[in-house]
Amino acid sequence: MRAWSKMTWLAPLAALCVTYLLFALLTPDTFLRGINLLTMLRQTAVVGVASVGMTLVIVLGGIDLSVGSAVALTTVVVARALQAGLGPWQAALTGILVGTLAGLINGGLIAGLRLMPFIVTLGTMSILRGAAKGLAGEQKIDADPRGLEQWMLLGRGFGLPPGVWLTLAVGLLGALLIAYTRLGRHVVAVGSNERAARLCGVAVTRVVVTVYALAGMLAGVAGVLEFATLTVGDPTDSVGLELDAIASVVIGGGSLSGGQGSVTGSLLGALLLTVIKTGCVHVGLPNWVQEIFTGVIIVIAMAIDRARQRGSS
Amino acid sequence: MSSSGALGDVRLEVRGVKKSFAGTAALSGVELVARRGEVHAILGENGAGKSTLMKILSGALAADAGRILLDGAPFSPEGPVEARQRGVSIVYQEPELCAELTVAESVLLGGEPARYGVIDRSTQRERALASLRRVVPEDNAQRLAPERLIKTLSPSERQLVALARALAHGDCRVLILDEPTSALSAADVARLFDVVADLAASGITVLYISHFLEEVERVATRFTMLRDGRSVASGDLATTTRSELVALMAGRAVSELFPRSPRVPGEPVLELAALRGTVRPSDASLTLRRGEVLGIAGLLGSGRTALLRAIFGLDAVRGGTLRVKALSGPRSPAERLRQGVGLLSEDRKGEGLADSMSLGDNLTLSKLDELGPLGLVLPARRDAATQRYVTELGIRCRGPEQLARELSGGNQQKLCFARLLHHGVDVLLLDEPTRGIDVGSRADIYRLIDGLAAKGAAILLVSSYLPELLGVCDRVAVMVRGRLATARPVTELSEHALLLEATG
Repeated sequence: MRAWSKMTWLAPLAALCVTYLLFALLTPDTFLRGINLLTMLRQTAVVGVASVGMTLVIVLGGIDLSVGSAVALTTVVVARALQAGLGPWQAALTGILVGTLAGLINGGLIAGLRLMPFIVTLGTMSILRGAAKGLAGEQKIDADPRGLEQWMLLGRGFGLPPGVWLTLAVGLLGALLIAYTRLGRHVVAVGSNERAARLCGVAVTRVVVTVYALAGMLAGVAGVLEFATLTVGDPTDSVGLELDAIASVVIGGGSLSGGQGSVTGSLLGALLLTVIKTGCVHVGLPNWVQEIFTGVIIVIAMAIDRARQRGSS
Repeated sequence: MSSSGALGDVRLEVRGVKKSFAGTAALSGVELVARRGEVHAILGENGAGKSTLMKILSGALAADAGRILLDGAPFSPEGPVEARQRGVSIVYQEPELCAELTVAESVLLGGEPARYGVIDRSTQRERALASLRRVVPEDNAQRLAPERLIKTLSPSERQLVALARALAHGDCRVLILDEPTSALSAADVARLFDVVADLAASGITVLYISHFLEEVERVATRFTMLRDGRSVASGDLATTTRSELVALMAGRAVSELFPRSPRVPGEPVLELAALRGTVRPSDASLTLRRGEVLGIAGLLGSGRTALLRAIFGLDAVRGGTLRVKALSGPRSPAERLRQGVGLLSEDRKGEGLADSMSLGDNLTLSKLDELGPLGLVLPARRDAATQRYVTELGIRCRGPEQLARELSGGNQQKLCFARLLHHGVDVLLLDEPTRGIDVGSRADIYRLIDGLAAKGAAILLVSSYLPELLGVCDRVAVMVRGRLATARPVTELSEHALLLEATG
C-alpha cells in the first residue's frame, strides 16, 4: 500500500494506457501498427530528454523556461560546427557544451544573485533565442550531418533508433540520481524546504548551479537529437518546447512547489503528449482539438496532484 | 471563595466543548465559567488546547459538541464578525493590522461610518477616539493620535490599537487577550495591566492567556487550567501556589518532569566575547563548557534566536569574537556541523524539517556520506541508521519511509534531535525545543538533554518557558534587546527574577 502510493508515475502510466487503447480502438488499422509505436517513441526523444532535466529543476523548486531556445541554439551550433569541418562527435559535444554553459548561466544568476528562476529563465529564453538567430544569420543552416542523422533513423527491422536508447539511458540515470545519490537527495531537500537544507549544511548554491547546468546539458543533448531529426540548424525551432517539458513533468507527478517529481513519470508524461498528438492525427481531428485535449490532460493532472497533496497532509 | 457571587454574575459558560481535527482531538471536554468584570486566566502548556478554545469563542472555529452560554443565551457564532457583534472580541499575540492605514482607520476597519460608500471622516475620528480613550491613559492620549500611521507605532502601541479595535465594535462583553505581553517592555506591561484592570472594572470579562505565571498572578483573579484538551482545574489564583500551578500544567510533579543527573563541567567549547549581529544580538558574551546546560531567557524579539543563528553561521556576525572548540575559523552551517555543533530550529515546520520528505531522509540529511560510497545513498543503510534512532528516542512511526509531516509534533521534534545525534554533534544549540509538543514528549526531551549533558555534551538552550529553563539548566542568562547579561546559577534565580530582568 505504502509502496504503491510512492509510485507517482502509476497515474500517468494508467492515463497513457487508456489514451493508447482509446486511439487503438478508434483507428485499429493505422494506430496499432508497430511502426507507429516506433515513430511515437522517436518523436518523444527530444522532449523526453528535456523533461528529464526539467524534472530535476522542478524537484529543486525551480523552473527553466529557456529550454526551447537552448535546443534551437544547439541545433544552430551543431550545424555551424559541422560546416566548420568538425566531425559528428565533436560537433555534438560542442552543442552539448553550449547547452551546459547556458544552464550554468541560469544557475549562476539564480543562486548567485538570488533571482527568481522564472524571471531569469524568461530572460535567457529570449537571450538564447536571439543568440541562435544571430549565429544562424536569421535563416536555417544546412550542413552535412555526417552520420548524425543516423541517431534518429529507425533501425533495420523494428530496432529503436540510437536517440531513443539515449533517451531511455538519460531517464534511467536521472531516476537513479534523484533516488540514490547524495546530490539527488540534496536536490529533493532544497526543493522540499530550502531553509531546512541550509540548516543541515547542504551547500544550496552549489546544488542549484549543478542542477541548472545539468538541465542545460540535457537541453544540449535534446538539441543534438533535434538536429539529427531536422538535419538543419534552425534558430526558430522548438518554440514552446519548454512548456511541453513542464507539462510532461507535471503530468508525471511533479509539483511546481518543489520537492516532488519522478523522472519515470515525466517520460511517461512526454509519451502521453505524443500519443495524444499522433492519435488525433490518425483519427483526423484538427489541430485545435488536439490542443484542447492536451490542455485538459494537464489540468486533470494538476487536479489529481492537488487531491494527492491534500490526502497525504 | 470560588462559590461567592450570585449565578446572575456569570457572563460566559462553556460546557463540555469538544473539537477534533482530522480525527485528532484538540479539545475533549472543556468547562469554563467566567464572571462579569473578572480577569480570568486561561492556563496550559503549548498544545493544551488554549488557542483552539479561544478560536471557538471568537467564532473562527465551530465546536463539534458541547454548549456555550453568553449571559445565559446560547452562543454559537457563525464567524468572527457575528462573535464581535454579540460582544466577544479577541486580540491576538501579534495584532493583525495594516501598516499603511491610520490609527482611526484601523480601529474601525470593516465597520466604517459611511454614507453611499463615502467615509464620514469626522464620525470615524470621533468613534475611534472614544474607544482609544478606554485603552490609553489620559496623560498619554497624544501618543495615539488617530492620524498616525500604524507602521510608525511601537509594538506596544499596536497592541493598544488592537485593543481599541476590539472595543469599538458593538458592546464588548468578553475580551480575549492572547499572550498580550510577549513583545512588551516592563513599563508597557505595567501600563497594559492598568488598562486591563480598568476594562474589568467597567464590567467586561477578560479572558487572559499567558504562560508567564508571574504575570498571570498580577493581573488575573481566577484561572482555568487546560491540559491535553481538557479543563483539569479552576480556582482562585490567590489561594494556589506557583508550584501547584506548574504541576497542574504538566500533570506531574516538577521533580519527575526535570531529571538531573550529576554533571561535571569540562573544558569550554563555545566562547563568545561582545558578539554582534546585523541588528541582534548587539552584545553577547558567554562561555559554554562540556557537561553543562546554559539557558537563555528573554522576551520574543530580544535576539535569542538571532544569537543562536549567528553562532551556527546562518546569520552574519558584525563584530566581537566567536570561538568554537578554540577555533575561530569560517562560519557556515556545514563548517559548524563538521566541528560538531548542531542547531535545533524553533520553526520546526518552516526550517527544522523538510516535511514532504520521509523520516529517514530528514534524519540523515546532514550526513549522507556514510550511507554509501561515491556519493551514493543506499536505502538499506539509511533505514538501518534511522531505525536505530527511532528505537533509541522512541519515535512513534510506521517506519523510515513515513513522511515527516505525518508525525505528531512531539515525534517531529524527536526526529530533529535524532538528526543531531546521527550527525554526532556534541555542542547543541536548542531553540525552543519543546514548543508545541505534548507533555509526554517534553518529558522525553528533558531526559534526553539531561542524558547528553551527563555524557559531556554542551547545550545552549533558548526557551520562553521559565519553569523549563529553571528545571533543565545549570546556569541561565537573560537577553534584553540584543544584550546578553551574565549567566547565573539557577539556584540563585527564580521565575520572578528572570521575568523582571527580561522585561526591564
